[in-house]
Amino acid sequence: MQRDHNHPTIVTIEKVIDETPTVRTLIFSDEVMSEALPGQFAMVWIPGVNELPMSIMISKEPGKAAFTVRKHGLASTGLFNVKEGEQIGIRGPYGNSFDLKEGKLLFVGGGTGLVPMMRLLTFVRPRDDVTVLIGAKTKNEVFFEDLAKSLLEEHHHHHVIVSTDDGSYGEKGFVTDVVEKLLSKTHFDGVYTCGPEIMMYKTVQSANSRHIFVQASLERMMKCGVGICGSCCVGTDLACRDGTVFDGLHLSKNKEFGYFHRNKAGILEHY
Amino acid sequence: MEPSLETSIGQIQLDRPVMLASGILGISLDVFKRLYLSGAGAVVTKSLSIEPWEGYPNPTILSVKGGGWINAVGLSNPGAPNFAKMIEPNKDVPIIVSLVGSIPEDFEMMIKQFEHCQVTAYELNLSCPHVAKVGLEVGDDPELVKKIVTAVKNSTNVPVIAKVGLGTSNYLNTVGTAIDSGIDAITAINTVRAMAIDAEIQRPILSNRYGGLSGTPIKPIALRCVYEISSKYDIPIIGCGGISTWEDAIEFFLAGASAIQLGSAIGDNWITVFHEINKGILQYMKRKDYSNIQEMVGLAKRS
Repeated sequence: MQRDHNHPTIVTIEKVIDETPTVRTLIFSDEVMSEALPGQFAMVWIPGVNELPMSIMISKEPGKAAFTVRKHGLASTGLFNVKEGEQIGIRGPYGNSFDLKEGKLLFVGGGTGLVPMMRLLTFVRPRDDVTVLIGAKTKNEVFFEDLAKSLLEEHHHHHVIVSTDDGSYGEKGFVTDVVEKLLSKTHFDGVYTCGPEIMMYKTVQSANSRHIFVQASLERMMKCGVGICGSCCVGTDLACRDGTVFDGLHLSKNKEFGYFHRNKAGILEHY
Repeated sequence: MEPSLETSIGQIQLDRPVMLASGILGISLDVFKRLYLSGAGAVVTKSLSIEPWEGYPNPTILSVKGGGWINAVGLSNPGAPNFAKMIEPNKDVPIIVSLVGSIPEDFEMMIKQFEHCQVTAYELNLSCPHVAKVGLEVGDDPELVKKIVTAVKNSTNVPVIAKVGLGTSNYLNTVGTAIDSGIDAITAINTVRAMAIDAEIQRPILSNRYGGLSGTPIKPIALRCVYEISSKYDIPIIGCGGISTWEDAIEFFLAGASAIQLGSAIGDNWITVFHEINKGILQYMKRKDYSNIQEMVGLAKRS
């Protein structure tokens, strides 16, 4: 029978890579997911545990895709603990993607928010001038620095900058302070961000205030992935169906972005 | 003369006959406004309980290969008090408040919360097939239906609708009991109790195991129910179950529904579906020379 994107397709985890003590990448074979667009996500079923939305990570090998997960709650810890040879179910891919500009580009990622940034890097052109900013709390939480560098090998102009809140690696301070510094010095043709909402909020503000094109990929609690359950609504928008990627100008008019998310009962909670 | 999409379900007057069904997208006023502007004649809220409910863990929704959806969201909702506060500023969107509870006092208490809100109607959820002690378990108990409908009718002047579904007892008796107790209209039907099992994983997919089937596979069942209710009783009916095209909508009018609700079609076709169905109904009415929806209601019952 033909594949139904809204029904779980079962795949086997072929390889698990430890990125940090709390972050793992799980690789599997799947043509559909391997061709997912940056910013798109899958609903990932861990049988007997839960199902959660996951941005679709790239793999070096053709026909393969991956999920990079930080163990945090019940569902993400369940996925983190999946071993090589074990099976999971995947639905999707869901959501829209980024509008990639040409020229001088800035990518700002924090934590597993780096996943769509890495997939987006595979679409930049060799002549683009690319800066990647990786934010982390501390040194042992930094990952994908080498991957970002290797994806940009062919670029004459590229910088991968790491900042840690405690200064244990790279630049010291919040990644959003680095964003502000960069944008105040140079014009960028496009800014792309994914990670903690406050980080995205400040990045969007920094770019909007200088009339620089910016897009952010939002994360919300999700159940259906197709715009019927309403769990992921952000103001008038549904993160799953209207997003996950939104323009900065659109977000600046959204009363919930940067301030609220909804809990499992649908009640607004402050960040 | 241009045909009109206006319809009335008893005393409920709507500009357009296509509503958002309960359980779908119904937790934010901003989204309600967007749906109204997209062509929905009214929105039915998620079923509200006295306390906030988190619902079941994921997986809660998936499609059925070949068509339709199965869900066991578990009636997650922010609770009637929070919800009432949220919709209080609303003046533009016709909102039908869906309520779920186990005893008459639950419903009475919740209706009090909406004193300062503009509520077009209440819809009593007597038919959710996957949560214990509420929904279908209430709908299957005629004595309880009688008590709840009577209590609700005594606590409000706003029209009250009962949403029925296919449980273990004859749903037509539930409809009859609700009518005898003073109900103003019937919504038929809810999702049909169902399940999904994965052949590879060899276990049910929904965390709750059982869920409700919605979408195109249940349309002929829903259509049959609307036809049966309208043949047996004189009560305004809202058709619900698998409606995704204007043709589906017309079929429900012909079977006896004065308005319709949809939900799964949004998962398949997104919210442009409201506009598409409205447009199709208007074209059909022009072609058949009808000036209003009521002229079509129940026509299929001609001998």
